[in-house]
Amino acid sequence: MRGAKERVAAVEGWFRMDEAEPRLLGVRCRACRTSYFPKESFCRNPSCGAADLEEIPLSRRGKLWSWTDNRYPPPPPFVAKDPFEPYSVAAVLLEAEKMVVLGQVVAGVDAAAFRLGQEMELVLDTLFEDEAKQYIVWKWRPVAA
Amino acid sequence: MARGVAVLGVGMHPWGKWGRSFVEYGVAAARAALKDAGIEWKDVEFVAGGDTIRNGYPGYVAGATFAQALGWTGAQVASTYGACATGAQAIDVARARILAGLCDVALVVGADTTPKGFFAPAGGERPTDPDWLRFRLLGATNPVYFGLYARRRMETFGATNEDFAQVKVKNSRHGLANPNARYRKAVTLDEVMASPVVSDPLRLLDICATSDGGAAVVLTSLDFARRHTTDAVTLAAVSTVTPRFPNTIIEMPNFATDSAASVPAPDVPFKDSIARRAYEAAGVGPEDLDLAEVYDLSTALELDWYENIGIAKPGEAEQLLRDGSTALGGRIPVNPSGGLASFGEAIPAQAIAQLCELTWQLRGEAGGRQVEGAKLGVAVNQGLFGHGSALLAKR
Repeated sequence: MRGAKERVAAVEGWFRMDEAEPRLLGVRCRACRTSYFPKESFCRNPSCGAADLEEIPLSRRGKLWSWTDNRYPPPPPFVAKDPFEPYSVAAVLLEAEKMVVLGQVVAGVDAAAFRLGQEMELVLDTLFEDEAKQYIVWKWRPVAA
Repeated sequence: MARGVAVLGVGMHPWGKWGRSFVEYGVAAARAALKDAGIEWKDVEFVAGGDTIRNGYPGYVAGATFAQALGWTGAQVASTYGACATGAQAIDVARARILAGLCDVALVVGADTTPKGFFAPAGGERPTDPDWLRFRLLGATNPVYFGLYARRRMETFGATNEDFAQVKVKNSRHGLANPNARYRKAVTLDEVMASPVVSDPLRLLDICATSDGGAAVVLTSLDFARRHTTDAVTLAAVSTVTPRFPNTIIEMPNFATDSAASVPAPDVPFKDSIARRAYEAAGVGPEDLDLAEVYDLSTALELDWYENIGIAKPGEAEQLLRDGSTALGGRIPVNPSGGLASFGEAIPAQAIAQLCELTWQLRGEAGGRQVEGAKLGVAVNQGLFGHGSALLAKR
């Protein structure tokens, strides 16, 4: 039996590597309470500019703001499957944060059935793999009605 | 009201996929602009170059590269970069220098040689660069963002694939009469609809190509221009605005918008602020325009621009297109040059090319694509990382 490949984050510190309860990890300014994703070192609110930010998990669910289905392989550094498999990208509005976050949509979802405003949730999935490892990233998945 | 500068000369090297050095295109455009202005290269006191990031070191110091190629004269130089809005930045540097009284005659040049296919991030492993990461983690090419904007427009305003295709049909007809356009072929609705989907809902013919090309303008003080001509086109205003925080529309190459949870979104969204700043500086409004050149990276984005520049209310752009208002002969022709649909994008040259078109139109020299009696035109553009650009030209 082949051993399972090691699962590692495709980018360090952007999300919680927790299959059951994955969350994007942002920061929030302790002074003006503005949230950011990806993380920032300084608050970008021009009326604030504080450097005192705390790590926070973002909301796991949001409303579909827009989507697209990409049919051609992007250039590197994207690692495309061979043969290429088209994928969808969703823009999801996190209501508490009032922030739209992009992510690929998990495979097997028919983008033609998407409706504006439908509920989406964050999951972890494989972005690409090599001989030894699976590289994991966040993706969006429709919440079953 | 802001003081203007004169656009004394304009010139372009035709767009195409020529595969030669960008310097050749820039020099050809510069020589054409100097000839058009009726001045000598050695009369130029200041050279502003629009940088290209895909052509090695000469591209990062474009001002000096073009000055050296034209023959060192001791002119002062600047080189600027603002992604797709690069040309407007170069124009603005030259304009500001003239308005400050530091020189009378400036040459602005931008040119590019582009690779085939999707634009890719600059080379090397750069895991802290969002432009690298968006390709790595999302596979988010530029058309992916265009697709998101287009789908949003369909869902919120009822735009259709046919509407998007009709933008291409219109612009391809306009481009027929432009000797500098790369594509000079009337495209039909069926041809657009039959082209393969790239980033749904956008098809291959909805998305602009990447091109080689070069454009140049000679800007001068109004006093200098008066000694050469009685009726020069005036560059009345330039806007190089950035967004206001929080920017709530997803912007290339970002992963997320700013959060509007603590600080409310600004009353005027970023893209609406781009032309508005130029109108305010010149004391005009969108109702005064005779034509507009807008940045149709995709057909759907052209419709967004109608609203962003104030010639249509939100959700009404499709109507303006459908009733022919934005075609040549209509009330407010948009992209009489043929737009990016006919040119493809030569990044640092594009905003300069837009000013060339405005100038030809305002002089009445646009031939088969002439907007009759044009007196005021705007050209708008947006570069990734939050670069707005608007140029307002009048006669």
